[in-house]
Amino acid sequence: MDNTIVATHHDTHAEEHHHISLPQHRHHFETEEQQREAGSFGMWLFLLTEIMFFGGLFFAYLLYRNWYNPAFVAGSNQLSIPLGTVNTAVLITSGFFMALGVWAAEVRKKGLLVLFLLLTILTGLVFLGVKYVEYSEKFEKHHVPGASFDISEFVNPPVNPKTGKLTEEPLSPDMAQKTQIFFSLYFAMTGMHALHMIIGIVLLCWLTWRAQRGDFSSGYVAPIENFGLYWHFVDIVWIFLFPLLYLINRHPGA
Amino acid sequence: MSSQHHDPANVTNPEHAEHRIVQPGTYIAVYVTLLIFTGVTVAAAFIDLHIFNPIIAVAIACIKAVIVILFFMHVIFQTKLIKLTVAAGFFTFLILIFMTLTDYMSRAWGLW
Repeated sequence: MDNTIVATHHDTHAEEHHHISLPQHRHHFETEEQQREAGSFGMWLFLLTEIMFFGGLFFAYLLYRNWYNPAFVAGSNQLSIPLGTVNTAVLITSGFFMALGVWAAEVRKKGLLVLFLLLTILTGLVFLGVKYVEYSEKFEKHHVPGASFDISEFVNPPVNPKTGKLTEEPLSPDMAQKTQIFFSLYFAMTGMHALHMIIGIVLLCWLTWRAQRGDFSSGYVAPIENFGLYWHFVDIVWIFLFPLLYLINRHPGA
Repeated sequence: MSSQHHDPANVTNPEHAEHRIVQPGTYIAVYVTLLIFTGVTVAAAFIDLHIFNPIIAVAIACIKAVIVILFFMHVIFQTKLIKLTVAAGFFTFLILIFMTLTDYMSRAWGLW
């Protein structure tokens, strides 16, 4: 059968017409598999543009980290590892629920699908909540780049009461100014990531509403599957952001 | 595959693979693995390994990303077209990073 040209449409017209209205098999695709693959292909092309977009930010980070390493170390030590770790776990959990949502749509379990989508939304909101706590601390300490940025903590680091030593290597005023570059990148990268999550949560609410209506419980899973790809992509961005921003240098000797 | 006799163009085309539903067990295994690697990367950050600290951090992040791409994003079960698309995208990205870095590094040779 391989490589033979099959030119027989004659006995298939009736079937073709009753397929025509299925959302998982639109009339311009030969098979459901072909439509599914075309959809995944398109979604991946979009995600590749996203990789290039975030890639530019990561590259800026790479260069400035090498040029102003002491400033990046001091800036990174301002971030909370416990909060960052918890948020990483929260986001991985969110991706896990999303993956289970795709499974629930595949096996056509409407209740489970809605439940998993809601859990994905909930964990996404928890992530953004923790992010809000972290951001507000930066505003309070004047560690947001701009006119009111305060370098005093980097020039005169506080003394650790337990060891009696400085908590941080003091930086020259010149280098201390460069912590603004770290925080600029921190806000740009995590902010862009958070924006993607906010967009994702809005889309999730819409998908949950449609799932509740039963749109995805009769074999049509493409919107859930492709949104899953987007959500996992956002996960991956954070998987790189977390070690690069939070774990630069934790000087165990100090 | 809905019908054998229908599908004039694609039965002879082996690229449209049978669709596969990934089971929750796989997802649970992936989830636990990702959490373990998160713990490892935090623990590794507190050990002083000099230049190897960032290398290990990025290596673990890459491992986690590959696991997510292969299993959560189903790439391992996809057709060659999708696999090639994903691989080509990351390859292009690495070329961009590599070529740009050669420029930056050679301009400030010895100063970095």
